[in-house]
Amino acid sequence: MSNYTDKIREISERLLKEGRVDMVIGFKQGTMPMMNEPCFVKKPEDVSKLVWDSHCGINLANYLTDRKEKIGVIAKGCDSRNIVTHIIENKIKREQLVIIGVPCKGMIDRRKIASMSDAEILSVAEQNGKVIVKTKDAEKRYERTDLLQKNCALCVHRNPVIYDELAADLVEEQKNVDRYADIREIEAMPPDEKWHLFDDLFSACIRCYACRNACPLCYCPTCFVDESRPQWVGKSTDPIDTKTFHFLRAYHCAGRCTDCGACERACPVGINMRLLTRKLEKDCFESFGWEAGLSLDQRPPLDVYKTNDPEDFIK
Amino acid sequence: MKVIKIDKKDWAGGLDKASSGYRFFGPVEDKECHNFKELDKGELPDFNFSNTRLSAKSVVFPQTEAMFEYSLDENEADHHLMKECRKNDAPRAVLGIRPCDASAFLLVKRNFDNPEYRDPWWVKAYESTTFAGLACNNPCASCFCTSAGCGPFDEKGLDVLLVDAGDHFLAKVVTEKGRKMLAAAGWNAETDADIEALKKDAESKISSFVPTDKLKDKTTMELYNAAFWEEAAFACLNCGTCTYSCPTCWCFDIQDESKGKSGIRMRNWDSCMYPLFTLHGSGHNPRGTKIHRVRQRFMHKLKYYVDKYGDGIQCVGCGRCIRLCPVNIDIRKICEKMNSYEPKAGDCNR
Repeated sequence: MSNYTDKIREISERLLKEGRVDMVIGFKQGTMPMMNEPCFVKKPEDVSKLVWDSHCGINLANYLTDRKEKIGVIAKGCDSRNIVTHIIENKIKREQLVIIGVPCKGMIDRRKIASMSDAEILSVAEQNGKVIVKTKDAEKRYERTDLLQKNCALCVHRNPVIYDELAADLVEEQKNVDRYADIREIEAMPPDEKWHLFDDLFSACIRCYACRNACPLCYCPTCFVDESRPQWVGKSTDPIDTKTFHFLRAYHCAGRCTDCGACERACPVGINMRLLTRKLEKDCFESFGWEAGLSLDQRPPLDVYKTNDPEDFIK
Repeated sequence: MKVIKIDKKDWAGGLDKASSGYRFFGPVEDKECHNFKELDKGELPDFNFSNTRLSAKSVVFPQTEAMFEYSLDENEADHHLMKECRKNDAPRAVLGIRPCDASAFLLVKRNFDNPEYRDPWWVKAYESTTFAGLACNNPCASCFCTSAGCGPFDEKGLDVLLVDAGDHFLAKVVTEKGRKMLAAAGWNAETDADIEALKKDAESKISSFVPTDKLKDKTTMELYNAAFWEEAAFACLNCGTCTYSCPTCWCFDIQDESKGKSGIRMRNWDSCMYPLFTLHGSGHNPRGTKIHRVRQRFMHKLKYYVDKYGDGIQCVGCGRCIRLCPVNIDIRKICEKMNSYEPKAGDCNR
């Protein structure tokens, strides 16, 4: 995917020169292996700062919220779906954006790579579908497809759903993906087992809110956990408060989450909170045939009323 | 100072012997990382780690700490009185704390224990603790401790410095507290083994250096108004990962929680990244935007602290914030920018 970089720079330079955008939002090379930093470029001569590789997992739709400028934004499949959601929810206007679509082959799971080695990872590079991981004393090669971030391995919308420019040819979408095998296992558990699972799942949480803040859906001016007049949720490390935060946040994302994986990627202690969001995603798909962020013409199921609703209680 | 040789086969036995006099805390692997926790009877610290995911500051300064409690139940003798919570101040020992994390307590001490203010809970916990540190034989590429007034074998925050030397530890006695702990464990085999060579070797492996020499001479308001903050803050999510994982971040927030007729007054870690941080009763927040918050964090560590105490930066170079930041904001780069900053005409970012 790294040859996307040249094309992204070329498009960005053109957009900035032609004055079609005030800034381009993309990624610049990070200082740590497997990390890039979201950045903006305002001058055509600075586009060489922009990079693209398998470590651009942060969702850039998050950086568009309520901005007033005209913006060129780099968008892989999930980012583009969150841009659609942002437009529908009036967090940015379509006409403010020039979307530079990036057909995506999935991001690499930095956590998985770190867990495969006792030694510190010093660099991660790619060559012909292989990932080359270097530590102080060793160099190992892996199949790229074995190292995808968990959400990317399950992704069925790798191509941007909305774009004005493309950084590469569209890629083939993954077929016959079972997105919910683990969710069905949890659904089948008796309540006490579920309780135990959630207790354990969130036991390491430090309430840093990296998951919430990395999420493009979490743009509330005051999040319910920060509400202090009156206060809704306790601020200590009480596990009930911690779970309240995670459960409620997940519900706020129901019908809106694109499973971009930014939450799990951002978590400093490796919590898979996507187990919650994907359960709600599954429910929305099964109940309403809904997948978030695919169309500008349809509102999410939980913020719309239809006269032909199949349920009687709402009529 | 004396160096004691501890054969690793005597490690568990010694700890067991000392456990009647100490509550032990040590790194334990849980899920994907090591963190400090109180060790159960017979449980050994796991030293197979480079550093713990979170720092050891919670041993003395827990994320949530109850300070006072009360009851409104009139059947109880001392109802309607705010009482100080009982704490377990029995001697404790932190095993395997890295020198950077231990020296961080000395920076934090300036906040909690100074001529104007002594925080009773922090001071009691700190004073009851013996720090038995584990020297870093293989520092990470993101560690810059030697630029932050510390080092992989730094002793200044420690009572004992343990050096892993294969089948044994070399334990350098740094303080009387440390001597007592070693004696309680029955470790007394003095050796003339020299740890200087190991120390030099570890220091030579530090690959990350950050210049801090010019920070004190910079003009605060010029740095504050520098144009680079917009770019530096852009990626920041304003999550609390950097501040919560930092061994030197000391801010806390006081909360009351009640249930039925009883309640507690507690303090919780706060973070300058959060919207409630420094929010005034009027609703105004002097640090109301992302740029304000990011600037606050770095100005506090790298300028205000430097000016106030005249003893370097409020950072020990452990590198956690660099490794854990979800968007790769790197304090080394920001420090370089601040240290080399020369104001240009037109710079203003109020």
